Amino acid sequence: MVRVKIWGSLRTATGGAEEVEVEARTIRDMLNALAEAHPGLAPQIDRGVSVSVDGAIYRDSWLTPVEGAKEVVLLPRLAGG
Amino acid sequence: MSQIHVTTKINGDETEFLCGPEETLLDVLRDHLGMTGTKEGCGTGDCGACSVTVDGRLVCSCLMLGAEAEGHEIGTIEGVAKGDELHPVQKKFLDHAALQCGICTPGFLVAAKALLDRTLEPTEEEVRYWLAGNLCRCTGYDKIVRAVMDTAAELRGA
Amino acid sequence: MALDDRFHNRDFKVVGNRVTRPDGIDKVTGRARFGADMTAPGMLIAKVLRSPHAHARINGIDTSKAEALPGVKAVVTYADFASAHAPDDDNLVNCMAKDKALYDGHAVAAVAAISTAVARKALKLIEVDYEVLPHVTDVDEAMKPDAPVLHEDAQDESVPAGTPKNVVRRYEFGHGDVDAGFAQADKVIERSFRTEAAHQGYIEPHACLASYGSDGRADLWCCTQGQYAVRAMCAGMLGMQASDLRVTASEIGGGFGGKTTVFIEPVALALSRKAGKPVKLVMERSEVFRASGPTASTSIDCKIGMTKDGRITAGRAELRYQGGAFPGSPVEFGAMSGFAPYDLENVQAIGWDVVTNRPKQAAYRAPGAPMAAYAVESVIDELCQELGLDPLEVRIRNCAHEGTLSPYGVTYPKIGLEETLKAVQSHPNWTAPLGPNQGRGVACGFWFNFGGNTCVSLNIDEDGTVSLSTGNPDIGGSRASMSQMCAEELGIPYDRVRCSIADTSLLGYNDVTDGSRVTFAVGLATIKAAQDAIKKMCGRAAAIWGIPEDAVEWEDGCAKPAGPNAGEHPPMSLAEIAAVSSQTGGPIAGHYECNADGAGVSFATHLVDVEIDPETGFTKVLRYLVAQDAGKAVNPDYVEGQFQGGAVQGIGWSLNEEYIYGEDGRLQNAGFLDYRIPVASDLPMIDTVIVEVPNPGHPYGVRGVGETSIVPPLAAISNAVSHAIGKRMTQIPMSPPRIVEALEG
Repeated sequence: MVRVKIWGSLRTATGGAEEVEVEARTIRDMLNALAEAHPGLAPQIDRGVSVSVDGAIYRDSWLTPVEGAKEVVLLPRLAGG
Repeated sequence: MSQIHVTTKINGDETEFLCGPEETLLDVLRDHLGMTGTKEGCGTGDCGACSVTVDGRLVCSCLMLGAEAEGHEIGTIEGVAKGDELHPVQKKFLDHAALQCGICTPGFLVAAKALLDRTLEPTEEEVRYWLAGNLCRCTGYDKIVRAVMDTAAELRGA
Repeated sequence: MALDDRFHNRDFKVVGNRVTRPDGIDKVTGRARFGADMTAPGMLIAKVLRSPHAHARINGIDTSKAEALPGVKAVVTYADFASAHAPDDDNLVNCMAKDKALYDGHAVAAVAAISTAVARKALKLIEVDYEVLPHVTDVDEAMKPDAPVLHEDAQDESVPAGTPKNVVRRYEFGHGDVDAGFAQADKVIERSFRTEAAHQGYIEPHACLASYGSDGRADLWCCTQGQYAVRAMCAGMLGMQASDLRVTASEIGGGFGGKTTVFIEPVALALSRKAGKPVKLVMERSEVFRASGPTASTSIDCKIGMTKDGRITAGRAELRYQGGAFPGSPVEFGAMSGFAPYDLENVQAIGWDVVTNRPKQAAYRAPGAPMAAYAVESVIDELCQELGLDPLEVRIRNCAHEGTLSPYGVTYPKIGLEETLKAVQSHPNWTAPLGPNQGRGVACGFWFNFGGNTCVSLNIDEDGTVSLSTGNPDIGGSRASMSQMCAEELGIPYDRVRCSIADTSLLGYNDVTDGSRVTFAVGLATIKAAQDAIKKMCGRAAAIWGIPEDAVEWEDGCAKPAGPNAGEHPPMSLAEIAAVSSQTGGPIAGHYECNADGAGVSFATHLVDVEIDPETGFTKVLRYLVAQDAGKAVNPDYVEGQFQGGAVQGIGWSLNEEYIYGEDGRLQNAGFLDYRIPVASDLPMIDTVIVEVPNPGHPYGVRGVGETSIVPPLAAISNAVSHAIGKRMTQIPMSPPRIVEALEG
């Protein structure tokens, strides 16, 4: 199981929960499990998200393991100038 | 539209060209003569990327018609180095990392050389005001001003 | 040889040196070729017809008269992009209006002709049947229920039902209980702020040369921050296979985020396809202002509570960003980053993304962050002022460290914010005496930085030199830093490496030059490609010596036998191995491909002194100091350059730069005369302190440095001006009329 932090405006999709638990080995599993357990998250996940795993931020990195991570945070898809 | 025949000297070389009456000196340099070192940043005389000298005087080539070059001596970035030998201000721009993207650099070098041709003892304030017609968006001007001041110091043997 | 990308301390030989950039001679002699410097035989010149209306339905476009003009070879409108493959995306509709013109300057048609004069004449012959609609350009006005609506269906599910349609997205971040936090405070201040839209202001206008062949294959030369992104976007819009479109990035004359997307490239390709000839399209400066991305303008409410002894008990911000005519203002980054420098128990930031009749915003250096930092750092400054506290000490007391929970939910790894604050505190500028009408301001700033898709190839040439190919346009000297990291890892001199920027046919996909990612991510891939080549060179040496590969190590540019059973062999240098490569198995190359992660977040503290002329309201910047964490400065000259350049862009935004719209919704200052960026005589030297707290996620400790430097200046200068005039300023830019108004008000 991995605990995932959800940012504020997405918590309407998690019944207000700041963190949710899903069964997942990788970021891809995790995103799929999140969308399944909380269908309200699916549109944002489809539009694009970044995921922070123990402080390192990943974009589109399906295969990165999340099992055993101390901190997993869902973030809007990061971009820069 | 009839073309105008113009005889001029560019970087010391006799040059003839034909241009339309509406074409600027910048258009002529870039589009007719293939001298693309002179850049167009605005076309309205506000950015200095197209700086050239006309009889030694610094002008924006986007504000001057090609036809007006008749009988005058034009200096462009391509003439700042003498063959393989860079002008000291070109060397100092490299030593001081006085460029990032480099699009404004030709205009700055032409302008800086025009200043150094007049005086080798400019104050920082004089350098800043002399170069105030040249826009740079990358550097914040710090390293450009240092490079010009250092060139002046070297040229006067300080 | 462990392929380990974590930071290890080491003695650098090449990294950290102030080397001369490899493209230097080209750039100082005029030889470097930028976007508009390329020509092709038989080339046509293109011009774009742009809407004079801020908002208008397009009932029809009649191009027949233009097409009939002698010398006109092609005219295109939105219809020329419609194909089974073209996605109906915002970028396409921004490049060419579909059924509505959404802002003054929105492209509606384009012409390719034998000369500029003919193309201009043809534009005048295109008849567009506009039905002018009511417009809105102000963010707060656009959020009102009776505001003119740009899109009926752009709002997404994050926005509460019943919210006006121009409000398209909502974001919320934070943790704790802000109301409880405010209750613990001795002083709470709430202020509303506005920032106007600034343009990236690169000196090189967008320019491209497209050549579409009758075989359906095309070449595109353009100034861009990312040739692969250009290929992906253009291929999608034109219904092409990616491999049929080769994009070559020219030298780039500045971008700052504004060249991370496309504006004219698909238009030039469509014209070239229709005309069957190469087409050159260069924006005029007024087009750059009217139709390429500025950043968002904003309206922000910010409330912060503080105890008497300077502890921040809670912070709350509500941010409203308009990003022009399409969704996508960077408000989420504002909401995530405003409070990011502080260790807060209670923090909440809410962001609203709003559409208006303005050009589609494009990323601008740390997109969204400077405005949020402006609001937060201004209120902190006012609290310090009201409570009689030292603004630097208060920031040191509250600043984030390793282990701090950030407002966007991530716990920070090793960061260097406190080091930047202390660097400012110990700098002579902090104690320089101030005179009348002078004021001092300090502010912190944060940016995320990221890594992303990166592909690097490195060839060991037969004479012992190295050709390094990377896929990111060199926007500020990155070829030098890549060459340095390559030379460092291989153990050879800097001048033996030549770094080139590959076109899209030569390397795999590289993300655009953005997010301060290049020195970090491409540097990481370069180091790993060098390690890959080293492994192969060690293998060749092992084969020559007849010993196992693992009995060879690489040291100081040489393969050496290592370990008890390796035997005695004189070391072989890279050049010696290269010289016999043909006899030992053929050419030697190193490669590395990754979606890089581990980019370290970046913090800076800026300190500025200003003097106000009370008669005119003119602000003179007297001293400016940037202290920023670079992780490890690969080339300190260019790190300082990024610090200075970002600071000066912030100075321009703070004091002068703004998009000014008339009642008619038209941009009134679409030129450098009226949109005034800083010039040399406006400025002092920009002092810098490079702080180096290594990024644990990079082998050399590198952090991105390009963006953070624009984050603190708005607040730092506003704080300085507010102290100088004795009134709190709440709008950016603080142009002379606004300061006079504040003084008189």
